[in-house]
Amino acid sequence: MKIKADTTVCIGAGMCALTLPEVFDQSEDEGTVVLLRETAPEGQEEAVRRAVTLCPSGAISAS
Amino acid sequence: MSDLTLPMTRQRPFDPPDEAAELRQRASMHRLTYADGHVGWLVTGYAEARAVLAHPGFSNLAEKMHPPIPSRLDLVEERSRRGVPRGFFLRTDPPEHTRYRKLLTGQFTVRRMKALEPRIHEITNSCLDDMEAAGGPADLVEAFALPIPSLVICELLGVPYEDRGQFQEDSKLLVNLETKADDVIAALGRVTAYLHGLIQRKRKEPADDLLSGLIEGGELDDEELTGVGFLLLVAGHETTANMLGLGTYALLTNPDQLAAMRDDPSVVDNGVEELLRYLSIIHLGPFRVATEDVEIAGNLIKEGEMVGVHVPVANRDPSRFPDGDRLDLARPTGGHLAFGHGIHQCLGQQLARAEMRIAYPALLRRLPGLRLAVTPEEVPMRSDMTIYGVHRLPVTW
Repeated sequence: MKIKADTTVCIGAGMCALTLPEVFDQSEDEGTVVLLRETAPEGQEEAVRRAVTLCPSGAISAS
Repeated sequence: MSDLTLPMTRQRPFDPPDEAAELRQRASMHRLTYADGHVGWLVTGYAEARAVLAHPGFSNLAEKMHPPIPSRLDLVEERSRRGVPRGFFLRTDPPEHTRYRKLLTGQFTVRRMKALEPRIHEITNSCLDDMEAAGGPADLVEAFALPIPSLVICELLGVPYEDRGQFQEDSKLLVNLETKADDVIAALGRVTAYLHGLIQRKRKEPADDLLSGLIEGGELDDEELTGVGFLLLVAGHETTANMLGLGTYALLTNPDQLAAMRDDPSVVDNGVEELLRYLSIIHLGPFRVATEDVEIAGNLIKEGEMVGVHVPVANRDPSRFPDGDRLDLARPTGGHLAFGHGIHQCLGQQLARAEMRIAYPALLRRLPGLRLAVTPEEVPMRSDMTIYGVHRLPVTW
Protein backbone atom coordinates (compact mmCIF):
# COMPACT_ATOMS: atom_id res chain seq x y z
CA MET A 1 0.00 0.00 0.00
CA LYS A 2 1.45 3.35 -1.15
CA ILE A 3 0.79 6.45 0.95
CA LYS A 4 0.75 10.03 -0.34
CA ALA A 5 0.52 13.34 1.50
CA ASP A 6 -0.19 16.86 0.25
CA THR A 7 1.12 19.51 2.63
CA THR A 8 -0.55 22.31 0.66
CA VAL A 9 -3.97 20.89 1.60
CA CYS A 10 -3.01 19.80 5.16
CA ILE A 11 -4.40 21.91 8.02
CA GLY A 12 -2.29 20.30 10.76
CA ALA A 13 -5.18 18.80 12.72
CA GLY A 14 -2.88 15.95 13.71
CA MET A 15 -5.37 13.11 13.28
CA CYS A 16 -2.90 11.05 11.23
CA ALA A 17 -0.07 11.47 13.74
CA LEU A 18 -2.48 10.56 16.54
CA THR A 19 -3.76 7.47 14.69
CA LEU A 20 -0.52 6.01 13.34
CA PRO A 21 2.64 7.73 14.63
CA GLU A 22 4.83 5.05 12.99
CA VAL A 23 3.85 6.43 9.60
CA PHE A 24 2.70 10.03 10.09
CA ASP A 25 4.43 12.86 11.89
CA GLN A 26 3.94 16.65 11.89
CA SER A 27 6.54 19.25 10.96
CA GLU A 28 7.87 21.40 13.79
CA ASP A 29 7.14 24.71 12.08
CA GLU A 30 3.80 24.34 10.36
CA GLY A 31 2.47 21.18 11.97
CA THR A 32 1.71 19.79 8.53
CA VAL A 33 1.95 16.11 7.72
CA VAL A 34 5.36 14.46 7.36
CA LEU A 35 5.45 10.93 5.94
CA LEU A 36 7.92 8.79 7.86
CA ARG A 37 7.49 6.04 5.25
CA GLU A 38 5.70 5.85 1.94
CA THR A 39 4.41 2.30 2.20
CA ALA A 40 2.18 0.94 4.95
CA PRO A 41 3.96 -1.27 7.50
CA GLU A 42 2.78 -4.85 7.26
CA GLY A 43 -0.47 -5.40 9.11
CA GLN A 44 -1.06 -1.64 9.41
CA GLU A 45 -3.05 -1.18 6.20
CA GLU A 46 -6.29 -0.83 8.14
CA ALA A 47 -4.81 1.87 10.40
CA VAL A 48 -3.54 3.75 7.35
CA ARG A 49 -7.02 3.64 5.84
CA ARG A 50 -8.45 4.88 9.14
CA ALA A 51 -6.00 7.81 9.16
CA VAL A 52 -7.05 8.67 5.60
CA THR A 53 -10.74 8.67 6.63
CA LEU A 54 -10.08 10.74 9.75
CA CYS A 55 -8.11 13.44 7.92
CA PRO A 56 -10.39 16.51 7.89
CA SER A 57 -8.83 18.12 4.82
CA GLY A 58 -8.22 15.17 2.49
CA ALA A 59 -4.45 15.69 2.64
CA ILE A 60 -3.47 12.02 2.74
CA SER A 61 -4.36 9.14 0.45
CA ALA A 62 -3.46 5.47 0.20
CA SER A 63 -3.76 3.04 -2.68
CA MET B 1 -40.90 27.14 1.20
CA SER B 2 -40.34 25.78 4.65
CA ASP B 3 -41.88 26.38 8.04
CA LEU B 4 -39.11 24.58 9.89
CA THR B 5 -37.12 26.68 12.35
CA LEU B 6 -34.02 25.50 14.15
CA PRO B 7 -34.89 23.13 17.03
CA MET B 8 -33.12 24.39 20.18
CA THR B 9 -35.10 22.95 23.12
CA ARG B 10 -33.64 19.88 24.75
CA GLN B 11 -35.90 17.54 26.71
CA ARG B 12 -33.11 15.67 28.54
CA PRO B 13 -29.70 16.91 29.72
CA PHE B 14 -27.47 14.80 27.45
CA ASP B 15 -29.65 14.34 24.38
CA PRO B 16 -30.09 16.66 21.40
CA PRO B 17 -33.57 18.18 20.97
CA ASP B 18 -36.11 15.42 20.21
CA GLU B 19 -37.33 17.44 17.24
CA ALA B 20 -33.85 17.37 15.68
CA ALA B 21 -33.56 13.61 16.21
CA GLU B 22 -37.00 13.13 14.61
CA LEU B 23 -35.88 15.21 11.64
CA ARG B 24 -32.85 12.95 11.20
CA GLN B 25 -35.11 9.88 11.19
CA ARG B 26 -37.09 11.39 8.31
CA ALA B 27 -34.24 12.66 6.13
CA SER B 28 -30.61 13.73 6.23
CA MET B 29 -31.23 17.27 4.90
CA HIS B 30 -34.10 19.70 5.42
CA ARG B 31 -35.15 23.14 4.23
CA LEU B 32 -34.77 25.49 7.22
CA THR B 33 -36.12 29.02 7.66
CA TYR B 34 -33.61 31.37 9.28
CA ALA B 35 -34.71 34.20 11.60
CA ASP B 36 -34.59 36.85 8.85
CA GLY B 37 -36.76 34.74 6.54
CA HIS B 38 -33.91 33.28 4.50
CA VAL B 39 -34.68 29.71 3.45
CA GLY B 40 -31.58 27.56 3.66
CA TRP B 41 -30.79 24.10 4.94
CA LEU B 42 -30.32 22.00 8.04
CA VAL B 43 -28.18 18.86 7.84
CA THR B 44 -28.92 16.07 10.32
CA GLY B 45 -27.24 13.06 8.65
CA TYR B 46 -23.65 12.07 9.45
CA ALA B 47 -22.39 11.51 5.89
CA GLU B 48 -24.04 14.70 4.63
CA ALA B 49 -22.65 16.73 7.56
CA ARG B 50 -19.16 15.51 6.74
CA ALA B 51 -19.67 16.23 3.05
CA VAL B 52 -20.77 19.84 3.69
CA LEU B 53 -17.97 20.59 6.15
CA ALA B 54 -15.29 19.20 3.80
CA HIS B 55 -16.66 20.84 0.61
CA PRO B 56 -14.66 23.79 -0.77
CA GLY B 57 -17.82 25.44 -2.13
CA PHE B 58 -18.82 26.92 1.24
CA SER B 59 -17.79 30.10 3.05
CA ASN B 60 -17.45 30.78 6.77
CA LEU B 61 -17.45 34.60 6.47
CA ALA B 62 -19.63 36.31 9.09
CA GLU B 63 -20.96 38.88 6.62
CA LYS B 64 -22.50 36.18 4.43
CA MET B 65 -24.43 34.59 7.32
CA HIS B 66 -28.12 34.82 8.17
CA PRO B 67 -29.23 34.74 11.82
CA PRO B 68 -30.20 31.15 12.69
CA ILE B 69 -32.41 32.08 15.67
CA PRO B 70 -34.31 35.30 16.54
CA SER B 71 -31.99 36.32 19.39
CA ARG B 72 -29.10 36.47 16.90
CA LEU B 73 -30.94 38.81 14.52
CA ASP B 74 -29.43 42.06 15.85
CA LEU B 75 -26.03 40.56 16.33
CA VAL B 76 -25.70 39.24 12.80
CA GLU B 77 -26.71 42.65 11.44
CA GLU B 78 -24.28 44.43 13.73
CA ARG B 79 -21.44 42.08 12.93
CA SER B 80 -21.95 42.28 9.20
CA ARG B 81 -21.79 46.08 9.53
CA ARG B 82 -18.66 46.17 11.67
CA GLY B 83 -16.94 43.04 10.48
CA VAL B 84 -15.07 40.53 12.61
CA PRO B 85 -11.58 41.50 13.91
CA ARG B 86 -8.89 40.56 11.40
CA GLY B 87 -7.03 37.54 12.65
CA PHE B 88 -10.19 35.92 14.04
CA PHE B 89 -9.47 33.24 11.47
CA LEU B 90 -12.41 30.96 12.24
CA ARG B 91 -14.39 33.49 10.20
CA THR B 92 -12.07 33.53 7.19
CA ASP B 93 -11.95 31.50 3.97
CA PRO B 94 -8.88 30.34 2.05
CA PRO B 95 -6.39 31.73 1.20
CA GLU B 96 -6.54 34.04 4.30
CA HIS B 97 -7.55 31.09 6.51
CA THR B 98 -4.64 28.99 5.24
CA ARG B 99 -2.17 31.75 6.07
CA TYR B 100 -3.35 32.17 9.68
CA ARG B 101 -3.78 28.50 10.34
CA LYS B 102 -0.28 27.61 9.10
CA LEU B 103 1.22 30.14 11.49
CA LEU B 104 -0.45 28.29 14.39
CA THR B 105 -0.65 24.59 13.59
CA GLY B 106 2.98 24.03 14.55
CA GLN B 107 2.07 25.13 18.09
CA PHE B 108 -0.71 22.54 18.51
CA THR B 109 0.82 19.36 17.13
CA VAL B 110 0.35 15.98 18.80
CA ARG B 111 4.01 16.11 19.90
CA ARG B 112 3.79 19.59 21.43
CA MET B 113 0.64 18.68 23.32
CA LYS B 114 2.36 15.53 24.59
CA ALA B 115 5.12 17.75 25.95
CA LEU B 116 2.50 19.75 27.88
CA GLU B 117 1.15 16.68 29.67
CA PRO B 118 3.34 16.93 32.80
CA ARG B 119 2.14 20.52 33.32
CA ILE B 120 -1.51 19.51 32.77
CA HIS B 121 -1.04 16.78 35.41
CA GLU B 122 0.38 19.36 37.84
CA ILE B 123 -2.49 21.77 37.28
CA THR B 124 -5.06 18.99 37.60
CA ASN B 125 -3.53 17.70 40.82
CA SER B 126 -3.37 21.19 42.27
CA CYS B 127 -7.11 21.69 41.60
CA LEU B 128 -7.82 18.34 43.26
CA ASP B 129 -5.61 19.24 46.26
CA ASP B 130 -7.58 22.45 46.71
CA MET B 131 -10.90 20.61 46.45
CA GLU B 132 -9.83 18.05 49.05
CA ALA B 133 -8.49 20.71 51.38
CA ALA B 134 -11.71 22.76 51.19
CA GLY B 135 -13.97 19.72 51.40
CA GLY B 136 -17.32 19.20 49.68
CA PRO B 137 -19.74 20.27 48.47
CA ALA B 138 -18.18 22.26 45.63
CA ASP B 139 -19.09 23.51 42.19
CA LEU B 140 -17.09 21.26 39.89
CA VAL B 141 -17.12 23.88 37.12
CA GLU B 142 -15.49 26.53 39.29
CA ALA B 143 -13.14 24.19 41.14
CA PHE B 144 -12.02 21.90 38.34
CA ALA B 145 -13.62 22.02 34.89
CA LEU B 146 -12.89 25.70 34.16
CA PRO B 147 -9.53 26.35 35.90
CA ILE B 148 -7.69 23.47 34.19
CA PRO B 149 -8.22 24.56 30.55
CA SER B 150 -8.16 28.24 31.53
CA LEU B 151 -4.76 28.03 33.20
CA VAL B 152 -3.40 25.84 30.39
CA ILE B 153 -4.48 28.20 27.59
CA CYS B 154 -3.29 31.26 29.53
CA GLU B 155 0.16 29.75 30.02
CA LEU B 156 0.33 28.60 26.41
CA LEU B 157 -0.65 32.00 25.01
CA GLY B 158 1.23 34.01 27.61
CA VAL B 159 -1.87 35.66 29.12
CA PRO B 160 -1.44 36.40 32.87
CA TYR B 161 -3.89 34.09 34.69
CA GLU B 162 -4.50 36.71 37.36
CA ASP B 163 -6.23 38.83 34.69
CA ARG B 164 -8.83 36.11 34.08
CA GLY B 165 -11.75 37.70 35.96
CA GLN B 166 -12.76 40.09 33.19
CA PHE B 167 -12.10 37.92 30.15
CA GLN B 168 -13.80 34.89 31.69
CA GLU B 169 -16.89 37.05 32.25
CA ASP B 170 -16.70 38.50 28.75
CA SER B 171 -16.16 35.09 27.22
CA LYS B 172 -19.39 33.93 28.90
CA LEU B 173 -21.27 36.95 27.55
CA LEU B 174 -19.99 36.27 24.04
CA VAL B 175 -21.28 32.70 23.89
CA ASN B 176 -24.59 33.49 25.59
CA LEU B 177 -27.40 33.39 23.04
CA GLU B 178 -29.45 35.96 24.96
CA THR B 179 -26.74 38.64 25.15
CA LYS B 180 -27.89 41.77 23.33
CA ALA B 181 -25.87 42.90 20.32
CA ASP B 182 -24.68 46.06 22.14
CA ASP B 183 -23.39 44.01 25.05
CA VAL B 184 -21.65 41.57 22.70
CA ILE B 185 -19.94 44.49 20.98
CA ALA B 186 -18.93 45.93 24.36
CA ALA B 187 -17.50 42.60 25.56
CA LEU B 188 -15.71 42.21 22.25
CA GLY B 189 -14.25 45.69 22.73
CA ARG B 190 -13.02 44.93 26.27
CA VAL B 191 -11.28 41.68 25.33
CA THR B 192 -9.80 43.28 22.22
CA ALA B 193 -8.47 46.25 24.20
CA TYR B 194 -7.02 43.95 26.86
CA LEU B 195 -5.24 41.74 24.32
CA HIS B 196 -4.02 44.73 22.33
CA GLY B 197 -2.41 46.14 25.48
CA LEU B 198 -0.92 42.77 26.31
CA ILE B 199 0.61 42.52 22.84
CA GLN B 200 2.19 45.97 23.24
CA ARG B 201 3.77 44.83 26.52
CA LYS B 202 5.01 41.58 24.97
CA ARG B 203 6.56 43.45 22.10
CA LYS B 204 8.75 45.24 24.67
CA GLU B 205 9.27 42.23 26.92
CA PRO B 206 8.91 38.98 24.97
CA ALA B 207 8.59 35.71 26.88
CA ASP B 208 8.54 32.04 25.97
CA ASP B 209 4.91 31.84 24.90
CA LEU B 210 2.75 31.61 21.78
CA LEU B 211 1.86 35.30 21.46
CA SER B 212 5.50 36.38 21.88
CA GLY B 213 6.46 33.81 19.24
CA LEU B 214 3.88 35.19 16.80
CA ILE B 215 5.08 38.76 17.46
CA GLU B 216 8.67 37.72 16.86
CA GLY B 217 7.66 35.90 13.66
CA GLY B 218 6.70 39.29 12.27
CA GLU B 219 4.00 37.95 9.94
CA LEU B 220 1.03 39.50 11.73
CA ASP B 221 0.22 43.12 12.56
CA ASP B 222 -1.16 44.13 15.96
CA GLU B 223 -4.80 43.88 14.92
CA GLU B 224 -4.26 40.39 13.52
CA LEU B 225 -2.37 39.31 16.63
CA THR B 226 -5.27 40.55 18.72
CA GLY B 227 -7.79 38.63 16.58
CA VAL B 228 -5.78 35.42 16.78
CA GLY B 229 -5.28 35.79 20.54
CA PHE B 230 -8.97 36.50 20.96
CA LEU B 231 -10.05 33.36 19.12
CA LEU B 232 -7.62 31.10 20.97
CA LEU B 233 -8.43 32.57 24.39
CA VAL B 234 -12.22 32.24 24.03
CA ALA B 235 -12.00 28.84 22.31
CA GLY B 236 -9.65 27.64 25.05
CA HIS B 237 -12.15 28.62 27.74
CA GLU B 238 -15.50 27.57 26.38
CA THR B 239 -14.83 24.08 25.08
CA THR B 240 -12.81 21.74 27.29
CA ALA B 241 -14.33 23.36 30.37
CA ASN B 242 -17.80 22.37 29.20
CA MET B 243 -16.73 18.89 28.20
CA LEU B 244 -15.20 18.33 31.65
CA GLY B 245 -18.32 19.60 33.45
CA LEU B 246 -20.94 17.93 31.27
CA GLY B 247 -18.83 14.80 30.78
CA THR B 248 -18.45 14.30 34.53
CA TYR B 249 -22.22 14.75 34.94
CA ALA B 250 -22.83 12.16 32.19
CA LEU B 251 -20.45 9.71 33.88
CA LEU B 252 -22.11 10.27 37.26
CA THR B 253 -25.44 9.20 35.76
CA ASN B 254 -23.84 6.15 34.05
CA PRO B 255 -22.03 4.43 36.96
CA ASP B 256 -20.73 1.45 34.94
CA GLN B 257 -19.17 3.81 32.39
CA LEU B 258 -17.75 5.94 35.21
CA ALA B 259 -16.14 2.85 36.74
CA ALA B 260 -14.56 1.95 33.39
CA MET B 261 -13.10 5.45 32.98
CA ARG B 262 -11.78 5.37 36.57
CA ASP B 263 -10.43 1.82 36.73
CA ASP B 264 -9.32 0.83 33.24
CA PRO B 265 -6.55 2.97 31.71
CA SER B 266 -7.08 1.24 28.36
CA VAL B 267 -10.58 2.76 28.17
CA VAL B 268 -9.54 6.38 28.68
CA ASP B 269 -8.44 7.47 25.17
CA ASN B 270 -11.43 6.00 23.37
CA GLY B 271 -13.70 6.91 26.26
CA VAL B 272 -12.85 10.59 25.78
CA GLU B 273 -13.74 10.30 22.07
CA GLU B 274 -17.05 8.68 23.01
CA LEU B 275 -17.86 11.47 25.47
CA LEU B 276 -17.05 13.97 22.71
CA ARG B 277 -19.37 12.15 20.29
CA TYR B 278 -22.20 11.52 22.75
CA LEU B 279 -22.23 15.04 24.19
CA SER B 280 -21.27 17.03 21.05
CA ILE B 281 -21.34 20.30 22.96
CA ILE B 282 -21.72 22.60 19.96
CA HIS B 283 -25.25 23.81 20.65
CA LEU B 284 -25.61 26.23 17.74
CA GLY B 285 -23.93 25.69 14.38
CA PRO B 286 -21.58 25.31 12.65
CA PHE B 287 -22.99 27.20 9.65
CA ARG B 288 -21.71 27.71 6.13
CA VAL B 289 -22.91 29.67 3.10
CA ALA B 290 -22.61 28.18 -0.39
CA THR B 291 -20.34 30.20 -2.69
CA GLU B 292 -21.46 28.16 -5.71
CA ASP B 293 -24.22 25.66 -6.45
CA VAL B 294 -23.32 22.53 -4.50
CA GLU B 295 -25.01 19.14 -4.69
CA ILE B 296 -24.98 17.09 -1.49
CA ALA B 297 -26.72 13.69 -1.42
CA GLY B 298 -28.97 14.63 -4.34
CA ASN B 299 -29.95 18.02 -2.87
CA LEU B 300 -29.03 21.17 -4.75
CA ILE B 301 -27.77 23.88 -2.40
CA LYS B 302 -27.85 27.09 -4.41
CA GLU B 303 -25.17 29.76 -4.23
CA GLY B 304 -25.90 32.08 -1.30
CA GLU B 305 -27.94 29.55 0.66
CA MET B 306 -26.95 28.97 4.25
CA VAL B 307 -26.45 25.49 5.67
CA GLY B 308 -26.53 24.56 9.34
CA VAL B 309 -24.93 21.32 10.46
CA HIS B 310 -26.57 19.76 13.52
CA VAL B 311 -23.54 18.06 15.02
CA PRO B 312 -25.28 16.51 18.08
CA VAL B 313 -27.77 14.53 15.97
CA ALA B 314 -25.30 13.80 13.15
CA ASN B 315 -22.99 12.27 15.76
CA ARG B 316 -25.81 9.91 16.77
CA ASP B 317 -26.78 8.94 13.22
CA PRO B 318 -27.44 5.17 13.51
CA SER B 319 -26.05 4.58 10.01
CA ARG B 320 -22.63 5.61 11.38
CA PHE B 321 -22.94 4.98 15.13
CA PRO B 322 -25.41 2.15 15.84
CA ASP B 323 -27.37 2.69 19.06
CA GLY B 324 -25.85 6.16 19.09
CA ASP B 325 -28.10 7.45 21.89
CA ARG B 326 -26.25 5.20 24.32
CA LEU B 327 -23.01 6.23 26.04
CA ASP B 328 -20.59 3.35 25.49
CA LEU B 329 -16.96 4.21 26.21
CA ALA B 330 -15.80 1.04 24.42
CA ARG B 331 -17.55 1.60 21.07
CA PRO B 332 -15.59 2.52 17.92
CA THR B 333 -15.89 6.31 17.80
CA GLY B 334 -13.51 7.21 15.00
CA GLY B 335 -14.71 9.98 12.72
CA HIS B 336 -17.08 11.74 15.13
CA LEU B 337 -17.71 15.37 14.24
CA ALA B 338 -17.42 16.91 17.71
CA PHE B 339 -14.36 18.93 16.60
CA GLY B 340 -15.95 19.66 13.23
CA HIS B 341 -14.54 18.49 9.92
CA GLY B 342 -12.85 20.11 6.94
CA ILE B 343 -10.41 23.01 7.03
CA HIS B 344 -11.94 24.62 10.14
CA GLN B 345 -11.69 21.49 12.27
CA CYS B 346 -10.66 22.48 15.79
CA LEU B 347 -7.08 23.73 15.95
CA GLY B 348 -6.83 22.94 19.66
CA GLN B 349 -8.29 19.44 19.51
CA GLN B 350 -5.04 17.70 20.52
CA LEU B 351 -4.78 20.01 23.52
CA ALA B 352 -8.41 19.27 24.45
CA ARG B 353 -7.74 15.53 24.17
CA ALA B 354 -4.66 15.77 26.40
CA GLU B 355 -6.60 17.74 29.01
CA MET B 356 -9.57 15.37 29.07
CA ARG B 357 -7.46 12.19 29.04
CA ILE B 358 -5.70 13.47 32.15
CA ALA B 359 -8.53 15.22 33.98
CA TYR B 360 -11.41 12.68 33.94
CA PRO B 361 -9.50 9.70 35.39
CA ALA B 362 -7.56 11.92 37.83
CA LEU B 363 -10.81 13.34 39.23
CA LEU B 364 -12.54 9.97 39.52
CA ARG B 365 -9.54 8.29 41.15
CA ARG B 366 -8.85 11.05 43.65
CA LEU B 367 -12.50 11.43 44.67
CA PRO B 368 -14.00 7.93 44.34
CA GLY B 369 -17.07 8.98 46.30
CA LEU B 370 -17.87 11.81 43.84
CA ARG B 371 -21.62 12.37 43.47
CA LEU B 372 -24.13 15.11 42.72
CA ALA B 373 -24.89 17.36 45.69
CA VAL B 374 -28.28 18.32 44.19
CA THR B 375 -31.03 16.47 42.35
CA PRO B 376 -30.50 16.12 38.57
CA GLU B 377 -33.37 18.59 37.98
CA GLU B 378 -31.42 21.25 39.89
CA VAL B 379 -28.33 21.13 37.62
CA PRO B 380 -28.48 24.31 35.51
CA MET B 381 -27.94 23.34 31.86
CA ARG B 382 -26.37 25.71 29.31
CA SER B 383 -29.35 25.68 26.95
CA ASP B 384 -28.83 29.42 26.51
CA MET B 385 -25.25 29.26 25.23
CA THR B 386 -23.70 28.49 21.82
CA ILE B 387 -21.62 25.86 23.59
CA TYR B 388 -23.65 23.42 25.68
CA GLY B 389 -22.71 22.13 29.12
CA VAL B 390 -23.56 22.85 32.75
CA HIS B 391 -23.46 26.34 34.26
CA ARG B 392 -22.64 24.75 37.61
CA LEU B 393 -22.23 21.18 38.81
CA PRO B 394 -22.68 20.98 42.59
CA VAL B 395 -20.88 17.83 43.75
CA THR B 396 -19.70 16.29 46.98
CA TRP B 397 -17.54 13.21 47.78
